[in-house]
Amino acid sequence: MASPMKYKPAGNFSWLVSTIYIIFLLLPIYWLINMSFKENAEITGTFSLWPQNPTLRNYTVIFTDPSWYSGYINSIIYVVMNTVISVLAALPAAYAFSRYRFLGDKHLFFWLLTNRMAPPAVFALPFFQLYSAFGLIDTHIAVALAHCLFNVPLAVWILEGFMSGVPKEIDETAYIDGYSFPRFFVRIFMPLIASGIGVAAFFCFMFSWVELLLARTLTTTAAKPISAIMTRTVSAAGMDWGVLAAAGVLTIVPGALVIYFVRNYIAKGFALGRV
Amino acid sequence: MARITLDHIRHAYGASPQSDQDYALREIDHEWHDGGAYALLGPSGCGKTTLLNIISGLLQPSHGRILFDGKDVTNLSTQARNIAQVFQFPVIYDTMTVYDNLAFPLRNRGVPEPEVDRRVREMLEIIDLSDWAKRKAQRLTADQKQKISLGRGLVRNDVNAILFDEPLTVIDPHMKWVLRSQLKRLHKQFGFTMVYVTHDQTEALTFADKVVVMYDGQIVQIGTPAELFERPRHTFVGYFIGSPGMNVLPAKIDGSTVTIGDEKVSLDYAPNISGVGKIELGIRPEFVRIGSEGVPVSITRIEDIGRLKIVRASFAGQPISIVAEEDVEIPSEPRVTFDPAAINIYADSWRVGGEG
Amino acid sequence: MEKTWNNKAWFLVLPVLLLVAFSAVIPLMTVVNYSVQDTFGNNEFFWAGTDWFDDMLHSDRFWEALQRNLLFSFIILALEIPLGIFIALNMPKKGIGVPVCLVLMALPLLIPWNVVGTIWQVFGRVDIGLLGHTLWALGIDYNYVRDPIDAWITVIIMDVWHWTSLVVLLCYAGLVSIPDAYYQAAKIDGASRWSVFRYIQLPKMKRVLLIAVLLRFMDSFMIYTEPFVVTGGGPGNSTTFLSIDLVKMAVGQFDLGPAAAMSIIYFLIILLLSWVFYTVMTSSDANQ
Repeated sequence: MASPMKYKPAGNFSWLVSTIYIIFLLLPIYWLINMSFKENAEITGTFSLWPQNPTLRNYTVIFTDPSWYSGYINSIIYVVMNTVISVLAALPAAYAFSRYRFLGDKHLFFWLLTNRMAPPAVFALPFFQLYSAFGLIDTHIAVALAHCLFNVPLAVWILEGFMSGVPKEIDETAYIDGYSFPRFFVRIFMPLIASGIGVAAFFCFMFSWVELLLARTLTTTAAKPISAIMTRTVSAAGMDWGVLAAAGVLTIVPGALVIYFVRNYIAKGFALGRV
Repeated sequence: MARITLDHIRHAYGASPQSDQDYALREIDHEWHDGGAYALLGPSGCGKTTLLNIISGLLQPSHGRILFDGKDVTNLSTQARNIAQVFQFPVIYDTMTVYDNLAFPLRNRGVPEPEVDRRVREMLEIIDLSDWAKRKAQRLTADQKQKISLGRGLVRNDVNAILFDEPLTVIDPHMKWVLRSQLKRLHKQFGFTMVYVTHDQTEALTFADKVVVMYDGQIVQIGTPAELFERPRHTFVGYFIGSPGMNVLPAKIDGSTVTIGDEKVSLDYAPNISGVGKIELGIRPEFVRIGSEGVPVSITRIEDIGRLKIVRASFAGQPISIVAEEDVEIPSEPRVTFDPAAINIYADSWRVGGEG
Repeated sequence: MEKTWNNKAWFLVLPVLLLVAFSAVIPLMTVVNYSVQDTFGNNEFFWAGTDWFDDMLHSDRFWEALQRNLLFSFIILALEIPLGIFIALNMPKKGIGVPVCLVLMALPLLIPWNVVGTIWQVFGRVDIGLLGHTLWALGIDYNYVRDPIDAWITVIIMDVWHWTSLVVLLCYAGLVSIPDAYYQAAKIDGASRWSVFRYIQLPKMKRVLLIAVLLRFMDSFMIYTEPFVVTGGGPGNSTTFLSIDLVKMAVGQFDLGPAAAMSIIYFLIILLLSWVFYTVMTSSDANQ
């Protein structure tokens, strides 16, 4: 039966710690949201803790100007492409690492890991040249492939952790029952590690969504991500702070939604120590 | 070491219990002797862990008091109660050596270091881990870890009681026997009051002087293994203890005659049943004799378990189990007789006596 | 788990191998190629041997950036790890507070890095930012654009804001995996709050802490976007970290040779760290 005694953090001020920390986290975000509802005149002219004349003008600008909103679409396209590619490629590899020993397995695993640690700055220029040679510059697939550099090793790592938790007897039973490998993998194995796939996809999404350096280097106009477009808010009339803030707020929304949906898996994913 | 008194203890996890169903523990009012070895036996969810946690002070009962040697400890913390507990999974401090693990409770209580050293060395001898003293506890096997957990309790020579919460769950079967006999030896040597939670009847019966059988939040019987076997106070005890469990057959009583279906069995006493209720007859399979006399049965299956065989049969339309010696001949038209002395009569699941 | 020896497993790894070869090996070879050549444009290259490496290892600019990186990583670890542990210890363990904390704390992790930069750039500005304006109103002379110390403080607080949650979540995951029996046993043994932390919580968090330390070290060692947006590496070169310098050199000045040589040195440092990381990880796995 469930144990009745839960460990209680010491003292009554423990909630205060979390609260203060969360306020610290939310203040800068609040300030951005606050700004996004203000006119530029109000931003630069007066200092106010909340919008005196709330306006949706900044958001209207973004949603009516294709050069703005296409940035979001571009970002989402390559992030989703990258997540799908990374997870699909990682699934069989993670299975191999979790179930078999083979020539050079340890070295391969280590080498994959180093790519997770590689500084994107090192790769920016060669990527540019490589993708130019293939005529892939300014396409979504270019960014999606480039992000595979760190997301594929990550996905392999996370999935391997989850797969190792599935007893090997399940595989053997399935083979005895006459399942072929692909059928077993899709019908039996993948449902068992569904939460692992979810966690892996979450982290791929996250790291692809937040990355800018490679995404900016590999795109010019057609596939330019929103975060790169944000850098051009300097116009003849000076800095358009309001639109910048609104664009920033909109980049937080997809992340927040994703976290909300996977909130019960985050702790589990972290618990595996596979980030 | 102490006598433990459970004074009308009731416990509910919910805030405002309305009915009996809301209580994890219904009402427990018992006194356990100093130096006794008690096993709390029952299926999962019967409240035995709740009771253990109330004794250890990890949980405050909703009602009632708990006394050690007559002193009310209901509101005392676990630490102040001076008890020790061995958990289901070995709890050891991984980063410490075996020696430091055993010294930990003493040092926390400010015992002077020479005294700590003396007692820890003594304890290392007792639990047979002297050679491992300087090793990191992390590397040990599960049974060694459980011995350390036990040692951490015993090393404090003032403990009132040692509580065991299914301590052999993670131990290999062959080591279970070894550990159990070591534990019995230690119990004899130290004479501590011991409360041992388990759902394994063999463990409970071989281990304890008194077995406390719990069912659905209440204690249904406290007794020696023999009492539990011969005179189960509740049909649950009959089912739960023994393998196969007691046969319980719906019956009607008229004086000293029991009627089961169309068959009649006479008792050597007249059960004292007053008022209405569900009447049942209980007889252990060991006391049903199969042969050519008595009431006819039809056999459905025979299981051979070595020296004995278990006969599954139908008695007046009710399934019944019979334990017979392996060499007993089973006639083609089998009949059974019940040993009258071994028959128990139950009204609403509780045993009713005549004089017996 | 006992694994069987099967070289056919290579077929399962093949997709990953091809993908990573395309996204890692070929680019890396390009870098190596550049690092040993010189060019005067027009796609004409000359063999330069190890000159670029010599230059780089003797350049003050490189060593200063490296020092800044190491100092930055050290400060980040010294702040984020203890803070993360402290917050994780005080997080609610059950009830509605758990998902609320998890979601809100994970929020900064999912904000694009340049937006993190933008948020703090705005937040810290004296004219329009809450932080900058408040400090100014309090009479504190704070200006991250002019003052190197202020720039450092801003970048560090920004990183604490951005990444401490990662440490918190890791530690929290480690803490909730500790069975209740440990806390009960500690109570029975009369352990103090500190002993519980020292002998139960800390050992059980060891593995996740190790990951937190190494991840934070490596990620702070590669930091680029956030300080680039906030300070652009300035004032002067005071917040020019290796990555920023590298991108400046490669994409800005198109100094391919030195940039490539620097990339390789940088990459070798990372490789060394990865190796330490991997060794420590696998050996702690073996202990369990």
